[in-house]
Amino acid sequence: MEEKEKTTAAQPVIDSKIPEGPVAEKWTNYKAHQRLVNPANKRKLDIIVVGTGLAGASAAATLGEMGFNVLDFCIQDSPRRAHSIAAQGGINAAKNYQNDGDSVYRLFYDTVKGGDYRSREANVYRLAEVSNNIIDQCVAQGVPFAREYGGLLANRSFGGAQVSRTFYAKGQTGQQLLLGAYSSLNRQIHMGKVKMYTRYEMHEIVMINGRARGIIAKNLVTGEFERFAAHAVVLATGGYGNTYFLSTNAMACNCSAAMAAYRHGAYFANPAYVQIHPTCIPRHGDKQSKLTLMSESLRNDGRIWVPKKLEDAKALQAGTKKGSDIPEEERDYYLERRYPAFGNLVPRDVASRAAKERCDKGYGVNNTGQAVFLDFSEAINRLGIDVVRQRYGNLFDMYEEITDVNPGQLANEIDGVKYYNPMMIYPAIHYTMGGLWVDYELMTSVPGLYAIGECNFSDHGANRLGASALMQGLADGYFVIPYTIQNYLNNQDIWPRVSTDAPEFDEAEKKAKADQDHIFNIHGKRSVDSIHRELGNIMWEYVGMGRTKEGLETALKKLKEIRNEFNTNVFVPGKEEGMNNELDKAWRLRDFIIMGELIAYDALSRNESCGGHFREEYQTEEGEAKRDDKNYFYVSCWKYEGSDDKAPTLIKEPLKYEAIKVQTRNYKK
Amino acid sequence: MESNISFKLKVWRQAGPKEQGHFETYEMQDIPTDTSFLEMLDILNEQLIEKGEEPIMFDHDCREGICGMCSLYINGHPHGPAQGATTCQLYMRRFHDGETITVEPWRSAAFPVIKDLMVDRNAFDKIQQAGGYVSFACGGAPDANAIPISKEAADEAMNSATCIGCGACVAACKNGSAMLFVGAKVSQFALLPQGKVEAKRRVKAMVAKMDELGFGNCTNTGACASECPKNIKLSNISRLNREFICAKLSD
Repeated sequence: MEEKEKTTAAQPVIDSKIPEGPVAEKWTNYKAHQRLVNPANKRKLDIIVVGTGLAGASAAATLGEMGFNVLDFCIQDSPRRAHSIAAQGGINAAKNYQNDGDSVYRLFYDTVKGGDYRSREANVYRLAEVSNNIIDQCVAQGVPFAREYGGLLANRSFGGAQVSRTFYAKGQTGQQLLLGAYSSLNRQIHMGKVKMYTRYEMHEIVMINGRARGIIAKNLVTGEFERFAAHAVVLATGGYGNTYFLSTNAMACNCSAAMAAYRHGAYFANPAYVQIHPTCIPRHGDKQSKLTLMSESLRNDGRIWVPKKLEDAKALQAGTKKGSDIPEEERDYYLERRYPAFGNLVPRDVASRAAKERCDKGYGVNNTGQAVFLDFSEAINRLGIDVVRQRYGNLFDMYEEITDVNPGQLANEIDGVKYYNPMMIYPAIHYTMGGLWVDYELMTSVPGLYAIGECNFSDHGANRLGASALMQGLADGYFVIPYTIQNYLNNQDIWPRVSTDAPEFDEAEKKAKADQDHIFNIHGKRSVDSIHRELGNIMWEYVGMGRTKEGLETALKKLKEIRNEFNTNVFVPGKEEGMNNELDKAWRLRDFIIMGELIAYDALSRNESCGGHFREEYQTEEGEAKRDDKNYFYVSCWKYEGSDDKAPTLIKEPLKYEAIKVQTRNYKK
Repeated sequence: MESNISFKLKVWRQAGPKEQGHFETYEMQDIPTDTSFLEMLDILNEQLIEKGEEPIMFDHDCREGICGMCSLYINGHPHGPAQGATTCQLYMRRFHDGETITVEPWRSAAFPVIKDLMVDRNAFDKIQQAGGYVSFACGGAPDANAIPISKEAADEAMNSATCIGCGACVAACKNGSAMLFVGAKVSQFALLPQGKVEAKRRVKAMVAKMDELGFGNCTNTGACASECPKNIKLSNISRLNREFICAKLSD
């Protein structure tokens, strides 16, 4: 491969700045020795935060509390609407309140193992270490977590763990955590330490003397580009799941800020690690705009199955039979069968692939053959409908509103056993483990430019465990970046403020405007969505759950065609000035296409299967992912080569494990 | 079973905050009933773009009923005819073949129209900024289990905290009152020990800001609670009044 050859040439050395010492002492050591900024000087320093999700809002609020001047930007009409709000199930922490053997080490170990040994050990240990502080912090903010009758906090289990360490607030944990961060953010806005810009979107990063010193953001209401200067820029702009068009991401989620960083030389790490969530409502029709997630918490009591007999599957597909017509002994609870130790609570990548395997063999249960059942009959028979509804009522209601089927409704009785309507589910793009490369301090390879939350790559390896995204977003924002950013801002050379009249700002704004002019003036024939939908289909087919060398090569060819189609045939209606949502969407799509190519390049270069990246050529006889630690035990860092037309260069950050022995992931025993 | 329906769509179009708005009528043909209401608008927008016309602007984001961004006034109801659901959770199976469906923006003095069906709800953020928080800085929090909280109080606080800040309560109210929204936030904190310390200051600050921003008074008609997509209860308003009176009396 061409990009492989390039890697043998003189490579930039990747310095991940991991502190010395045993893994359990690294963060303590770091904090003891890092440089700080005194309170009087903090008042003179400005920080731009882009995004107001869990990572962005918690970072902006905390940096404001510490005395920095913060400028925070969000794309929605209010910071409370960032997509973290939609996270359902919960947040992990190593509190061991259940006395079930949990510890910081175990959370660390489960996360590294869940990530299929492709995350950075030191970062994950720090994450597990601060997880407990997050719960304390959120309770102090007034986050109404679920509690037991005795008044103490309740927990539940999530995939990839054998302990109950997940804290939750009904099926709306992300909402409550985000509203907690939003409340702290509001306090800082009220006190004048954070200036909030809503309905703004970042277009360009302004570099001065090799450092990120500001941004060009578009005011989405007036359509004007505006300039903002600061001493450091923090991106908290989420993941790139919408590259696939249909995903569980919100409509405005996009990767353009990350792509702007990438074009400025920030490495993009592990783009191929895309999480496909096993429990989403299956696709229907061709007008669908997005996919809806059904929380992983459902797998605590729901059992996943397809029929044992192919003829039953055929009848389900034809609509002549219903799930509740098939009795217990004719059901194949394939996760319980294949993974007795973890059963329905195997990690997401494993559960998704197992569903695909059954459907590929013809056992799918809906008219498209792309769905499996998630069944609550056993739970309802055991606990009663009231208890089950108390746990999952809002999810049942959501499912019914979308599909017109009530999963809590008694549907059949066979030989004295009651069967309730099962849900139908299928895997869908949900989260992206890859992201901007960051060092231990969460700084990208561009000085002064940071990436936090889903926007970076560091903690989840090749697969993220459930209830760990919220943990990571808040860890980065509340407890990591407020410390590490001081190690950079302590440098007095950068203290003088820069003017937004500087020539670098002129240049950056000119470039943002020129890029937008180009897109607006194509005047082609196709709508943004129609091209985006086509991009999504290519990505799902060739760069989705099962990838092959041939498929990825085809994808790269087709993606070039799509890029060409976009650049010659996209149509943006209306005027370039003022509010023009189609123009903004087109601008995001330009970057989704580049992102799609990046994912494909990475997937093609990684000749192994691990976590969310499954290359069909590399699997065990039992169909499990087959890693190649000898050749691929590294982080893939992709470097932009100055033009969208050029293939990016691969640089490797070797992984070093000191505390954990790398082994084959096993959820059977 | 799924089928297709055809209907007339009367949509409010308004080029900008200062422009005069008007209704525009569109004929929608053969829309599958398993399409969501917003997907139906996506289809219409695709058709408008194909004709070279400007698409209809409306706020939306998560399309899962939790971000609170979508905000359409459909056939005289905020978020349309479904109970306990946001606009994005509304499916076309709720409508009939041959029907006329009217779509308007939220109408309230405190929520000016930005364009078409999109309004400015910044006033809600301003009320929260006035006092919707526990004054506590990150770091140094006591152990999360240090203060037991009864399950009943935690559950009730959670019910209040479920508010998504969409503004349907204001749009539904003939007075344009924000009492349900403010009551939900005040209640969440009033029910929890963490929020009690500064309860008086909070309620006075939030109510003062609400009045300043031009929201109307509450006359107990209850339209807010019956139209709320998250079933926020009217008792939040009673609690707000109680908290406010107690705070004022202790001045």
